[in-house]
Amino acid sequence: MKKKFLLAAALAALALGAQAQANDTIAKVKAAGKVVMGTRESSAPLAYTLGNNQYTGYHVELCQRILKSVFPGTPIEYVAVTSANRIPLVQNGTVDIECGSTTNNEARQKDVAFALTTYVTEVRTAVKAESKINSVADLNGKTVATTTGTTSVALLRKNKRAQGIQFKEVYGKDHADSFLLLESGRADAFVMDDNILAGLIAASSNPKAYKIVGETLNVEPIAIMIRKDDPKFKAAVDDYIRKAMKDGEIKMLYDKWFMKPIPPKNVPVGLSMGKILSELVAHPNDKPAEDFNKQ
Amino acid sequence: MALDWQVFCQDTIDRTPVRGCFGTGGLKGTQTYLDWLLQAWGQTVLVSALSLVVALLVGAIIGTIRTLPDSPWLSRIGNWWVELFRNIPLLVQIFLWYHVVPALIPAVADVPKLALVVAGLGLFTSARIAEQVRAGIQALPRGQRYAGMALGFTTPQYYRYVLLPMAFRIIIPPLTSEAMNIFKNSSVAFAVSITELTFYAQQVGEETAHGIEVYLAVTFLYVISAFAINRIMAFIEKRARVPGFVASTGGGH
Repeated sequence: MKKKFLLAAALAALALGAQAQANDTIAKVKAAGKVVMGTRESSAPLAYTLGNNQYTGYHVELCQRILKSVFPGTPIEYVAVTSANRIPLVQNGTVDIECGSTTNNEARQKDVAFALTTYVTEVRTAVKAESKINSVADLNGKTVATTTGTTSVALLRKNKRAQGIQFKEVYGKDHADSFLLLESGRADAFVMDDNILAGLIAASSNPKAYKIVGETLNVEPIAIMIRKDDPKFKAAVDDYIRKAMKDGEIKMLYDKWFMKPIPPKNVPVGLSMGKILSELVAHPNDKPAEDFNKQ
Repeated sequence: MALDWQVFCQDTIDRTPVRGCFGTGGLKGTQTYLDWLLQAWGQTVLVSALSLVVALLVGAIIGTIRTLPDSPWLSRIGNWWVELFRNIPLLVQIFLWYHVVPALIPAVADVPKLALVVAGLGLFTSARIAEQVRAGIQALPRGQRYAGMALGFTTPQYYRYVLLPMAFRIIIPPLTSEAMNIFKNSSVAFAVSITELTFYAQQVGEETAHGIEVYLAVTFLYVISAFAINRIMAFIEKRARVPGFVASTGGGH
């Protein structure tokens, strides 16, 4: 009996120790002698791979700069994460900082913490250049494409009911497929995150034949993700981002990844900084998506 | 883990529970995930049923002309048909109908996508049914054909009154499999934006974060649909049986 109790106590102490260590990333990194960055394989231009375990992108480079300043001289290890495993991996300590394309929302804030918002996607509408569609109201009687399994589908339904407009929806099984629907004329418009639309247009056979129009249907703040309840590390990361926003480093990085040609194809995304992100650079915050979409 | 079936009673836009689980419908009315599930099931049944009709009609014709004795060109066309449609993967065929055919033949561009999917799925299955019809006709003893000829029947007549009634009875079991397959294959229609059960599973699973419940419900509806086909075909088989005929004696000849 006593043995059992001792064992339980030892386990509890271990668990507590692990907990304490897990929630102090700075101590954990110092002890391990390395820092683990979780990143994405195909979320260009935010975070993507060039092959050979090489990762790059807007958020990856920003994180490299942050880590270099917070942990000078500490080697960075890269781990590819997916939409499904990124939160568990940050929670259990496999990954110290996730630099990909994670939306900061209230549900996720229960499990993890987010640094200051460094990118914003706006859900907008892509149409052909000669199209007369300029807003959601113009979609009346038209055919609208979006991708199965995305939040844009629900968003379209919402707008349809709220504004009482009639349009037909078609669904591509992935983004490339949805774009094909627009290209082949099966759809008059394609509603999706603006960076995805810009990327597809840039990669299309004739980028000049398309334009992105209309009001913003939804806003998603994208941020660097770290462990919850680790105020020391969050302060260190946020301080760097705040400074970078002030002295123009963020603008420079944005320009580099969104306006200039990027590897591997050396084609620019061509998406200038939106109003909401410009506002955030002037007044940084880490509010969840829900705060941006209050009406 | 606990399953939360209440998700099907929620409104599809504001996610609030709807009393009685069914929304009011209409342009501005409410719609629950259960309403949507039943609509998706309807689309699956519609695509499958129409495709089955196309497949049976075309399959019967192609299968028959492949066995015609004195029409080498018709048989050859039949053979080409079967090889064409069964050598291309189904998903590729659906994409060809949806994206390529309208680009080549502008008149097809205005055809509703449902018709294109029905054509794709129906013609794909018609090749398989044609093969079974041919096998059924060729399984009959040669004497039956000769007996029909000896009675003075023309070729269409002895096919109509002698060969086909027996051949179709023989092939009811494999046709049952094809009919059930068409139901399951109809899931490819989601790739060209038919809002059927597979589309529903992908979209609603993502929207509600209740993927397990959604997939279980969709699986259940597929099983029910395929099993209903199975029972209908078993009933037809039983009713169409003629004592002493090939089909009921195990093809003895």
